[in-house]
Amino acid sequence: MSTSTFPVTTSAPRRDDSDAPVVVFDRVSLAFDEKVILQDVSFTLRSGHMKIILGASGAGKSTILRLILGLLKPDGGAITVNGHRVDQMREADLMEVRTGVGMVFQEGALFDSLTVNENVGYRLYEETRQPLEQVDARVAEVLGFVGLGEYGQRMPSELSGGQRRRVAIARAICAKPGVILYDEPTTGLDPITALTIDDEIVKLRDLEEVTSIIVTHQLRDAFYIATHEAARQGNEIDFVKASPKKAAETAFVVLKDAGVLFEGAADELRASDDPYIRAFLS
Amino acid sequence: MAGRGTEWLKRALLEIQEYVRLIGQVGRSLVTRPIYGRDIVEQLDAIGVGSMTVVLLTGTFTGMVLALQSGLTLDQFGARPVVGRLVSASMVKELGPVLTALMVTGRVGSGIAAELGSMVVTDQIAALRALGTDPVRKLVVPRVVAGTVMVPILTIISDAVGMLGGAVISSLQLKVASSVYWNNVIAGLYMEDVYMGLIKPVVLGFVLVTIGCHVGLRTKGGTQGVGRATTNAVVAGSVAVLVFDFLITKLLITLMY
Repeated sequence: MSTSTFPVTTSAPRRDDSDAPVVVFDRVSLAFDEKVILQDVSFTLRSGHMKIILGASGAGKSTILRLILGLLKPDGGAITVNGHRVDQMREADLMEVRTGVGMVFQEGALFDSLTVNENVGYRLYEETRQPLEQVDARVAEVLGFVGLGEYGQRMPSELSGGQRRRVAIARAICAKPGVILYDEPTTGLDPITALTIDDEIVKLRDLEEVTSIIVTHQLRDAFYIATHEAARQGNEIDFVKASPKKAAETAFVVLKDAGVLFEGAADELRASDDPYIRAFLS
Repeated sequence: MAGRGTEWLKRALLEIQEYVRLIGQVGRSLVTRPIYGRDIVEQLDAIGVGSMTVVLLTGTFTGMVLALQSGLTLDQFGARPVVGRLVSASMVKELGPVLTALMVTGRVGSGIAAELGSMVVTDQIAALRALGTDPVRKLVVPRVVAGTVMVPILTIISDAVGMLGGAVISSLQLKVASSVYWNNVIAGLYMEDVYMGLIKPVVLGFVLVTIGCHVGLRTKGGTQGVGRATTNAVVAGSVAVLVFDFLITKLLITLMY
């Protein structure tokens, strides 16, 4: 598959320390009142790699993303993000860690009262002292990257579901974070629109070397992202079948009964004979 | 039955604890950076200028009805000319601050709860935190500053139009000479009354906005929860305004009179 795109000039931090752990979950547990959400969950995400977290509704997938950002605190275990123990940090100190992590929320979570431009550049406009012209240029660049260069002055309410998700992706990447977390990025979208979102995620992973975690129960999108890779051909970007090396950099994590049932590559997941996974994939 | 009562008490104590914690966060955010100045100006406009019409109408008609009712009672003692004293004292000490605060609670407290509640249920608050912004600094502090500054200003305006409304009724209906009315308005006011009339709205403005913010940020349960939060903000805010009005009045009478 090939797509004509805006020249990719976004630049998340390049991987200088390949395979260094970026996100580490070590026996993390969390319960809300009597309900255990996560129990001794452990995994490691390395620089430039991707984890795709699958599981039934209520399995704790989105909770993992909120724990990484420090929006929730675990009851036990350790969570390390870019070398910081986020489970032990105060809210004020977490702001620094969050500058290195972007998040695409379910349904986008765009700010209703701000234009698309203001949403996308929010962090740079509000939380940095960068010159306005520089921020405006960056906003235009990332909106072009997600194919919405003409939509900067619109309000979020004027956008379709797919456009809102793409704006949310643009907002997440605008400040050039090294890690991006996607919470159900394609849920509720038609297959064609979902594919454009999948392509954005693949582009960011392969061309920008962004470390990422995707939470989803959309198997079609999950396998597409895991088995394809983006390659630049001049001003064109091709989406081709992933090489074995690239495919090995994306791992699936399947959650069940508050724990990790499976962790491995797409082929291993497909080959699994675990009855739950067979039922989940069928 | 006892179990339900205990549960209710626990929930009430938790709400109070969270409310006090929010006030602590607001206090810290007021004296440390960053301060979102543009948001403060926006809220001064939204809360202050936006509430002007309702406050003007409330103040005017309250002053007019006060003059009408006072005139009837004063006639029993042949004291109709002192109607200005009753209008000014009542407006400045009590009705101006309380009615303004109640009207602002209805208009602004509910709006704040609905806006923040919607932001909670659509993950916009979580998105703010994820983008490195403290929601208390960005959303609560500007509203609290604006409420605390603008409610006293609105109260002064309400007092002024209330006395003007009283003057219209005194002159047209009660046939009290305008000069007599205004002399009595001034004679009926002591500096202690003016202090009371200015201290009360500062506290009431702070209370009604912080309650709106607290209720909004604690919203749970989707759009239905937003509706509940809006109602709760108005009910809790209105009751708090009346309770705090009593407490401040009691305190200031003890200290000043």
